[in-house]
Amino acid sequence: MPRSLCITLRQGSPTGPYDSRWSPRRLSGLTTGVVRVTSVMDVTVIATESLSKRFPRVTALDRLSVDVGPGVTGLVGANGAGKSTLIKILLGLSPATEGRAEVLGLDVATEGAAIRERVGYMPEHDCLPPDVSATEFVVHMARMSGLPPTAARERTADTLRHVGLYEERYRPIGGYSTGMKQRVKLAQALVHDPQLVFLDEPTNGLDPVGRDEMLGLIRRIHTDFGISVLVTSHLLGELERTCDHVVVVDGGKLLRSSSTTDFTQNTTTLAIEVTDTDEHPDGTRAVRDALHARGVTVEDGSGLPGAGHILLLTAQGEDTYDLVRDVIADLGLGLVRMEQRRHHISEVFKDDTDSGAQRKEAVGHGN
Amino acid sequence: MATEQSTQTPATASGDTRIHNIGYRSYDGPRLGRSYARLSLYSQSLRGAYGLGRSVKSKVLPMLLFVVMCVPAAIMVAVAVATKANDLPVDYTRYAIIMQAVISLYVASQAPQSVSRDLRFKTVPLYFSRPIETADYVRAKFAALASALFILTAAPLLVLYIGALLAKLDFTDQTKGFAQGLVSVALLSLLFAGIGLVIASVTPRRGFGIAAVIAVLTISYGAVSTLQAIAEVQSSGDTAIAWIGLFSPITLIDGVQSAFLGATSAFPGGVGPSNAEGVVYVLFTLGLIAACYGLLMRRYKKVGL
Repeated sequence: MPRSLCITLRQGSPTGPYDSRWSPRRLSGLTTGVVRVTSVMDVTVIATESLSKRFPRVTALDRLSVDVGPGVTGLVGANGAGKSTLIKILLGLSPATEGRAEVLGLDVATEGAAIRERVGYMPEHDCLPPDVSATEFVVHMARMSGLPPTAARERTADTLRHVGLYEERYRPIGGYSTGMKQRVKLAQALVHDPQLVFLDEPTNGLDPVGRDEMLGLIRRIHTDFGISVLVTSHLLGELERTCDHVVVVDGGKLLRSSSTTDFTQNTTTLAIEVTDTDEHPDGTRAVRDALHARGVTVEDGSGLPGAGHILLLTAQGEDTYDLVRDVIADLGLGLVRMEQRRHHISEVFKDDTDSGAQRKEAVGHGN
Repeated sequence: MATEQSTQTPATASGDTRIHNIGYRSYDGPRLGRSYARLSLYSQSLRGAYGLGRSVKSKVLPMLLFVVMCVPAAIMVAVAVATKANDLPVDYTRYAIIMQAVISLYVASQAPQSVSRDLRFKTVPLYFSRPIETADYVRAKFAALASALFILTAAPLLVLYIGALLAKLDFTDQTKGFAQGLVSVALLSLLFAGIGLVIASVTPRRGFGIAAVIAVLTISYGAVSTLQAIAEVQSSGDTAIAWIGLFSPITLIDGVQSAFLGATSAFPGGVGPSNAEGVVYVLFTLGLIAACYGLLMRRYKKVGL
């Protein structure tokens, strides 16, 4: 079975200008700008250097060298691709066969305890005792991370609220749904306010709605909480929504490293959908003709959902948005949507190398 | 879900009067590190051994056993006070030997509770992704169960001691006996906790753990006392009886305390090991405790994530 692994990472992420979390420690994770801007400090959160892990019969990681900056970082690979192995090494729990790795500037081989104090970990598997409440469990885990009793209780209440658990947090975990359990698992990883969290398959077993909520939460962990994230998934489509930087590793080897925006935003494609009116029974056609008249090339969104009603055009900066607005307003049509449409990472991989198709199969598709 | 998205109000002209709904708050307070985490795990496990901080159902058995341990002591004290006896009906050192079934039951129920649950629900990786290490986990669990057992076994001795003082028995005598009893139950607690945890840490299934601990404790005691009885009948001498006694935890403690802590032996014939044999008993007991610790360390090195 072809094994592959891809890491994506996100560098510039919008943090509001009134963000109140300007503690010095936070600065490493702090980036500014509303539009995409490079990070204030290019601090490396994770760095590996010819990192290898060999088991008697399997090579999980093969001389992997990669630098990961602050932000949301995705780690995709087929099952058994060594994602969990990498996390174990980064937590300082499993020695690498060769090479070295640093997390938050600390060496994994010698400073494991210091790393684990600053890092949170959400395992892939179930890890919750059913007979205690979420509050009791998370308080205990907070104390295990070194938080004094009062702080542990306060942080637990805060964190459970942030992950979306309210009254049910006083009930035994045994009665929770899968989605609620995932939130408790996330809460125990965040409760000690780490600088970095490792989330191993956080969307596993969730329905589409739960999956979206979990992905939204993961985004917020970085944008609102200022915590860098390393998230693994075997679903490529999920990473596309959460990451801005991609490192592709195949068979434990580094294949490619660049940001998601490089992959998907070389050209910004706008998708437009308009209403029809009595005057213009086919509003879509009217807009297309009007835009053609002004020298803008417009494509049908063929092959996409809602084809025939969606127009795709290439944005050449701010002017394009104004032009579209004016054209539609002149025609008296209603604008249903105007959104940036990204290419899918999987498409990029497909074109990327000759083995792309093979890798895509190995990695699987997102929803 | 995301009801507390931070909604920031722009700064007003007068500088510091900005109003924030801060949303997520970071934690800048102290992080107390490994030793504190170990202590937290210890206290949580110790409380858990009596069902504190757990469901009502899990409080029943440990509390019941605790009461069962203490009631006979209370009755003895009452009898001693009422009859104005010269001495307590039972020696301090003898009490735990008499109540060994209750102690075994307690170890069998609480050792799996302490470690099998973490294995079964895979909570162990959450511990080891935090500052504590294997040794911290093992020490905390070992110390917690040993402490719980010490509370269970020392509480009736305390009842006896207080009763003896109330009955105005000889103070020096009673204090000496009480101290010897405490040393004996401390050793017993460490030994039983070690054996119980080693067995329980092998299986994630609580039921198996309970059955295995009971089996090991009762079968070893049954076998040893039977062999000792046979040895006595065949009058192969006290030496044989003493050596056989090494092979069950409760007779081991019995031997140690009859050799060095002034106890009368429960061995057939009432003759405990001699001093030389007693040294072997002590070494064997300490060796067994150390071996249990070593085995637990080995076990948890493998569990990891």
